[in-house]
Amino acid sequence: MDVVLEAVGLAKTFGAVKAADDLSVRISRGQVVGIVGPNGSGKTTFLNLVTGYLSPARGQIHYLGKEITGLHPRQVTRLGVARSFQVPQLYTSLTVLENMLVALAIRAGRQGDGWRALRTRARLAEARPLLEKFGFGDESGQVVRTLPEGGRKLLDEPTSGVSAADKFRVMDTLIGVIRESGVTSVFVEHDMDVVQRYAERVLVFSEGRIIADDPPGALFADPVVRRHILGEE
Amino acid sequence: MRGAPVSRALAGAAPWLAALLALAILPRLLPDWLGFLLTVAFAKAMVVLGVAVLLRSNLVSFGHGLYFAAGAYTVGFAGKWLHLRDAVLLILGAVVVSGALAAVLGLFLARYRGIFFGMLTLAFSMILYSLLLRLYSLTGGTDGMVTAPPTILGFAPGAAAGRAHYYLTLGCLALALALTRRWLSSPLGYLASAIRDNEIRVEYMGASVRQGIYRTYLLSGVLGGLGGCLVAFSVGHIAPEFSYWTQSGDFVFVTVLGGYASVFAPVMGSVVFELVRNYAYALSPYTWQMSLGGILLLIVLFLPRGLWSLLAPRAPVSNPWTSSSKR
Repeated sequence: MDVVLEAVGLAKTFGAVKAADDLSVRISRGQVVGIVGPNGSGKTTFLNLVTGYLSPARGQIHYLGKEITGLHPRQVTRLGVARSFQVPQLYTSLTVLENMLVALAIRAGRQGDGWRALRTRARLAEARPLLEKFGFGDESGQVVRTLPEGGRKLLDEPTSGVSAADKFRVMDTLIGVIRESGVTSVFVEHDMDVVQRYAERVLVFSEGRIIADDPPGALFADPVVRRHILGEE
Repeated sequence: MRGAPVSRALAGAAPWLAALLALAILPRLLPDWLGFLLTVAFAKAMVVLGVAVLLRSNLVSFGHGLYFAAGAYTVGFAGKWLHLRDAVLLILGAVVVSGALAAVLGLFLARYRGIFFGMLTLAFSMILYSLLLRLYSLTGGTDGMVTAPPTILGFAPGAAAGRAHYYLTLGCLALALALTRRWLSSPLGYLASAIRDNEIRVEYMGASVRQGIYRTYLLSGVLGGLGGCLVAFSVGHIAPEFSYWTQSGDFVFVTVLGGYASVFAPVMGSVVFELVRNYAYALSPYTWQMSLGGILLLIVLFLPRGLWSLLAPRAPVSNPWTSSSKR
């Protein structure tokens, strides 16, 4: 299997807290990986390191065989790694369609163009089917994630801030599109039902380390994991 | 094939052409003093437009007097040293000088946000102010400089100068509005709003926030210089006060007064401001600033999106001056 993302010996501390402690992981093409673990176990730090928001004190990160350690988030994104955030973050003053159009313009390298219109016919034709894929009609006010397609994406608690009833609907759409387009993805999630249902591989984080790395079926059968993660007696 | 978009573009432009036509015949109906007031208001509206485009990214320039003065003194020095009087060349000169100034200062300013951005723009404008004040032998200090009325493509308007300045300013304003409108509907224009909403996400989508702000600042500076140049034409006298902080404060005041939802809002704000100031001054020469303060207070309380919201009402939205961002 070809490796999309490889982290080797990542280390990062915040004061006395070890947010990444000799962390190594390989993620293969097309995998949908869930990350779980208690608060402060380094889940978000891992995403921040991979996307360039933080630089590791030690260790390397490779994306498609190319070292991306210490690159700026903008450069990492240009290579095809997209990221979303804990609280769904969009350009709230723009419509859903505009959000998508801006994303497409940036992906095409047109963000510095102050002359030609944002709403070109070609760009609209590109945006509409994408929005439909995610279940959006034109200019709908619903939350949409504007992500470059075909790359790899990192989701930090995609369902936080979404009501319980909508959770599965959001994830069905999201993971459906991700699988269909062959995007490798990593998501952080607190809701174990969501992890069990959508992840094909689960990484359990604790104190900056990965303490378990299994398919969800095997993982959630493990009594130790059940006690630590699910809080069962 | 090309017929349909062209006719649609014409239909879209029709209301603006009608407005332009109305403004073009206006000076024939108005007394001279009012024509002059409108000329100055239109010229200053370009500077206000510059402040407004920055405000879309939540950046408040408290030093736009810098570009206003740079444009005006370009006319002054070009006349004094180069004996240049041609309006088109002077306008181009003002655009180049203010653009170059913004290109240098922007490198520095694009790193800052909020109060730091505001204070730095203020500091730069006050540096120019003290230079204009102290370099007496060059600038005439507090006396300022007298600028000769420009010739327009080799033609000296003479007695019709007032009207000529009006049309020149109106033409430049129309061009500035058209360009800014185009810019606002471009990816870069939308990026300005995106930067206000969520700077981190802009970077994570692969765009440079600093570059976006830099380019916005360039546009904003050029608009400022253009306004200063045209005020120098019509007033015929320039002074260091053009770069003083109270002048910059007026530009911010007018931006709030007019609003910034449309490129036409600054024009409306500017005209109303000049009218109100004129009448407030005539009514009570010593407390006219109090009248202006009272008006600003009423605007912030009851028309938080500026006077423009009277013409283009939208669904009720939260007051942008009191509610903080969602983050």
